[in-house]
Amino acid sequence: MSQRPRLHLLRLAWLPLCLLLTACHVDMYDQPRYTANQPSELFADGRAMRPPPANTVAMGSFDDQSAMFTGRLNGELAVELPMELTAELLERGQTRYNAFCAPCHGQTGEGNGVAAYRGGLTVPTLHNDRLRTVAIGYYFDVITNGINRMYSYANRIPAEDRWAVAAYVRALQLSQHANADDLNPEERQQLP
Amino acid sequence: MSAQIFPRNANAIAIISIVGLLLLIGGIVAALVGVYLSPWYTEVGNAKAQPVPFSHKHHVDQLKIDCRYCHATVEQVAHAGFPSTDTCMSCHSQIWTNSPLLKPVRDSYQSGEPVVWNRIYDLPDFVYFNHSVHVAKGIGCASCHAGTNEQNLTAKAQALWMGWCLGCHRNPEEFVRPREEVFNMNFDTSSLTLDQRVSLVEEYQIPTDGRLTNCYICHR
Repeated sequence: MSQRPRLHLLRLAWLPLCLLLTACHVDMYDQPRYTANQPSELFADGRAMRPPPANTVAMGSFDDQSAMFTGRLNGELAVELPMELTAELLERGQTRYNAFCAPCHGQTGEGNGVAAYRGGLTVPTLHNDRLRTVAIGYYFDVITNGINRMYSYANRIPAEDRWAVAAYVRALQLSQHANADDLNPEERQQLP
Repeated sequence: MSAQIFPRNANAIAIISIVGLLLLIGGIVAALVGVYLSPWYTEVGNAKAQPVPFSHKHHVDQLKIDCRYCHATVEQVAHAGFPSTDTCMSCHSQIWTNSPLLKPVRDSYQSGEPVVWNRIYDLPDFVYFNHSVHVAKGIGCASCHAGTNEQNLTAKAQALWMGWCLGCHRNPEEFVRPREEVFNMNFDTSSLTLDQRVSLVEEYQIPTDGRLTNCYICHR
């Protein structure tokens, strides 16, 4: 009699095999929540990612009248950066410029980027007297709103980075329009 | 003499059936593992049809356009950012404007209806992954998306096994690269010495105290 319960248990030894059936469970793979770029049946446009409602702005430090976000001071294009000019800002601007602007404007700003070349587009150079002397807010304004055939890049480049690009454009302009008298004697010796 | 209950070959049949059963079970397990690892299940290398036959090879390898031109949020948020129709049109409003291949993009731009692409990577919802931290800590696009710049049609480069994730989380010094090279698809991390990579891990403050292999790092 003492063996009977143990035998009884042995007969249940196949039960762990049922675990194999659960291996195909995918409930947790697709949980009832949205991730980026997923479709949605809930919204009329079929998108889970919601575009911001019209005429709304971000809360917090956002000031839609400030030079930081408009490129303008009292309606005029800003002539100064709304932040401090640092080496980091220029480096940041360089990476943004090379990623977003260089395809058309070229890495030196001559307007000979690969998209311009392959597409047969005439892209104006950044190195002429008008653009060298225009207020720096002009560049912010163009990146934000686009101009002529150039689209707005505001949804891909945050405002701070747009200023960094504007500052880097100034550096590019200087690089192609530098005065040899501004160099110190050592540097001047390296000129060809 | 009483008749034998079992025939003479009963022992052999018993042994062969036991061995055969074991082989059968082993074979089934091996076949399941094989299916599990095969591209049929993982979709690695299987290019999917898309509404527009977008070529990374053309845009990345030949035109040298930076990854961030289209995947613009990769440095700021968890997802790399799928380009909107506006992004496509910022070039293709001027270039290839009559191409029938780009008609879905032009239609989308006019109607406001998104182009519905077929997803390549479908990370399970129980895994947390953040692009921005990897990019900021010197893990290159090519570490996970190797060869995407060579693909005419995009296909998965990795099956995203957990063991594969852990390989890097255990030994980040094997895969780290300088931040300037993160978006360079052709950079070879083995061009740095191990010492150089170890010092990058230190400089970028990648934790080496085991935190990176904590369950909670990815399953949160």
